[in-house]
Amino acid sequence: MGMFGSTNQSQSDFKKGLNKVYGWYTGGFIGFVIVLAILEQLGLPRNWIGYLFLAATVLLYAGIGVMSRTSDAAEYYVAGRRVPAMYNGMATGADWMSAASFIGMAGTLYLTGYGGLAFILGWTGGYCLVALFLAPYLRKFGQFTIPDFLGARYEGNLPRLIGVFAAILCSFTYVVAQIYGVGLITARLTGLAFEIGIFAGLGGILVCSFLGGMRAVTWTQVAQYVILIIAYLLPVIWLSVKHTGVPVPQAVYGYTLQKVTAKEEQLLKDPKELEVRDIFKARSEAAVAKLKDVPAAMAADKAAAQKKVDDLKAANGAVADIRAAEAALAALPKDEVAARAAYTAARVGNAARSAPPIRHAQPYPGKDEAAQDISRKNFLALVFCLMIGTAALPHILMRYYTVPSVKEARQSVSWSLFFIFLLYFTAPALAVLAKYEVYTVLVNTPFDNLPGWIARWNAVDPTLLSVVDINKDGILQLAEINIGGDIIVLATPEIGGLPYVVSGMVAAGGLAAALSTADGLLLTIANALSHDLYYKVLDPNASTARRVMVSKVLLLVVALLAAYVAAQKPADILFLVSAAFSFAAAAFFPALTLGIFWKRANRWGASLGMVAGLGVTFYYMMTTQPWLYKLTHSGAALTPEILKANTWWDIAPISAGLFGVPLGFAVIIIVSLLTKAPGKEIQELVEHVRYPSLDGKVAAAGAGH
Amino acid sequence: MELSAKHQEYWSKNLRITAILMGIWFFVTFVMTYFARELTFSFFGWPFSFWVAAQGALVVYCVIIWFYARYMNNLDNEYGVAEGEE
Repeated sequence: MGMFGSTNQSQSDFKKGLNKVYGWYTGGFIGFVIVLAILEQLGLPRNWIGYLFLAATVLLYAGIGVMSRTSDAAEYYVAGRRVPAMYNGMATGADWMSAASFIGMAGTLYLTGYGGLAFILGWTGGYCLVALFLAPYLRKFGQFTIPDFLGARYEGNLPRLIGVFAAILCSFTYVVAQIYGVGLITARLTGLAFEIGIFAGLGGILVCSFLGGMRAVTWTQVAQYVILIIAYLLPVIWLSVKHTGVPVPQAVYGYTLQKVTAKEEQLLKDPKELEVRDIFKARSEAAVAKLKDVPAAMAADKAAAQKKVDDLKAANGAVADIRAAEAALAALPKDEVAARAAYTAARVGNAARSAPPIRHAQPYPGKDEAAQDISRKNFLALVFCLMIGTAALPHILMRYYTVPSVKEARQSVSWSLFFIFLLYFTAPALAVLAKYEVYTVLVNTPFDNLPGWIARWNAVDPTLLSVVDINKDGILQLAEINIGGDIIVLATPEIGGLPYVVSGMVAAGGLAAALSTADGLLLTIANALSHDLYYKVLDPNASTARRVMVSKVLLLVVALLAAYVAAQKPADILFLVSAAFSFAAAAFFPALTLGIFWKRANRWGASLGMVAGLGVTFYYMMTTQPWLYKLTHSGAALTPEILKANTWWDIAPISAGLFGVPLGFAVIIIVSLLTKAPGKEIQELVEHVRYPSLDGKVAAAGAGH
Repeated sequence: MELSAKHQEYWSKNLRITAILMGIWFFVTFVMTYFARELTFSFFGWPFSFWVAAQGALVVYCVIIWFYARYMNNLDNEYGVAEGEE
């Protein structure tokens, strides 16, 4: 295909052609949105707008996938190493900005205020590490995957296999989160069931990466970046014009933040708010009392539920009421373990909702100095893990193999961060503007007058948004809203009262973000298995065509497996993603950086260091994260008491990499010094990657395969 | 091949600029945020520490990476270790 580069085209002609193609494409997308906006005014129903957005974008990605299909190994694995720095930057941006960045992050900022800024800092600052410690050197090394580097630098299959394992572990956790995001958006956009949404979105992912590998993924990701950035910026600019009259939200939302802060002080003291929070507190205390004698509480619950059914029947109550009472009776926990888990959940959940709203702009909140210090420590620990993790995720590092030279690799990191920056710089503004809308428009609305989007989101998933009149006064209090971070971005156009076409576009943007990241991740997993495990270890004589074929089949299997896990709706998106960062940080960062900057690091040091880092990270999460604890302790619930005993230095499980990374470094250094230094060829390999060209001549374009 | 003195110098210059830029990175990321509770004076409407973590630090990161790419690409040419153009 000429459009995405043929082998005999010069690099500058190639770049010019790309500029033209993507220029027309961007114009076409804007035109498409305008046409839909006009159709909406003419009365096109909402779900049609949803279907049109979904169909148009997924078909577009599929089209690019078909046009760049390939079975050539260099094209399939590294897009022919011809991607110009700026386009690689855009592709990295889309590869990087996942469902968590697009959907989850502004929501986290909304819910946690200053605390959420750890994600903004961590996910941008990590690129400094990519630029200064890894990207140029990996490009010079110039193979196909990250385990390739470990295998070559640390002499052998053991470090390579540990690398394969770690790459799969973190990419798989991460890809499950993306597919979950795809299901969520498709369900909201079209009204299909969540599980069907997952498999519909999966089709879009597969047709692209399946046919053309890295080449198709690269050019689709560029297209997806354009959509996701327009979709993210437009509603925020619109809201900003609405509230401040200035179309640059990033520059003026400081004043909106002041208004939010003033409103917070008022809500903290509002008697109705206090009343609702006290009800939640009482419910939590009731659960604590039940936990003291579980069998007795179970019997009491059962008797009370039974009595309600009997009373209703005796009084000839409405059929619906009787059904509801019977369902409540049937839903009571069957055994003591289940009952204990349910009471613990009630204790923790109600306690959380009885807490006063946070002050958005206040750093490190806490009731006393000690609590504030813990909050600060965790903030810094999380920033650390996210940064190191960013610089160690194989699907990102792999992208720097696709540029033509070391020089372009450096420039490409610069472009990557710039394109990522556009979104991250805006997310804090979006969170503040959305909060302003909720605090000033939504709160104190009578329940009969609630806007329609509340019911529509509630229908998608009640855990994402539910409002219940807890104190029965007919007015909505802030404490009565239970809102999940994952819907803030998707619901912002509706919260702000913008036309539905904007909601459709935002959903399409979220879909682009989730699909592009899922593409990159699936490719990483399939390549680790087909290139590193199958070709390098099991069958070194396999032909190129066979390797690419194996990779395609594995891609399909892994994608289906990930979709299956995502359909079980495990934990929340943000935890899954952050877990992937801690795993990647602990497994790869020490081994990769020491491999480049310390010639003495050797095979045994690296292997043991990776295992130790990964091991301690996993152990810490397993003992302190509720979902993983339940999974690894045969269903037992993690009570606050066990949690306290298992926690080290007050660090939250999300930052488990804080222990894994230093341990990884320490083990690599100590073990390397205790064992034999690597041989002369390895010393030369290290020198080879440190200089773009040792003799000033043109470096061989990539490795000869 | 044996590394010449010039090669060694190139590498130590690389290490030096890496260390300087990482110093700036560390200051913005960890030192400024460590003192976030103290730095809450108003800055164009934002509390300063909020603005740093939400906007300011991001600009600094972009500049760090842009500067490193420019500096190293010049250094490659100066020390004759640049790759030839295609």
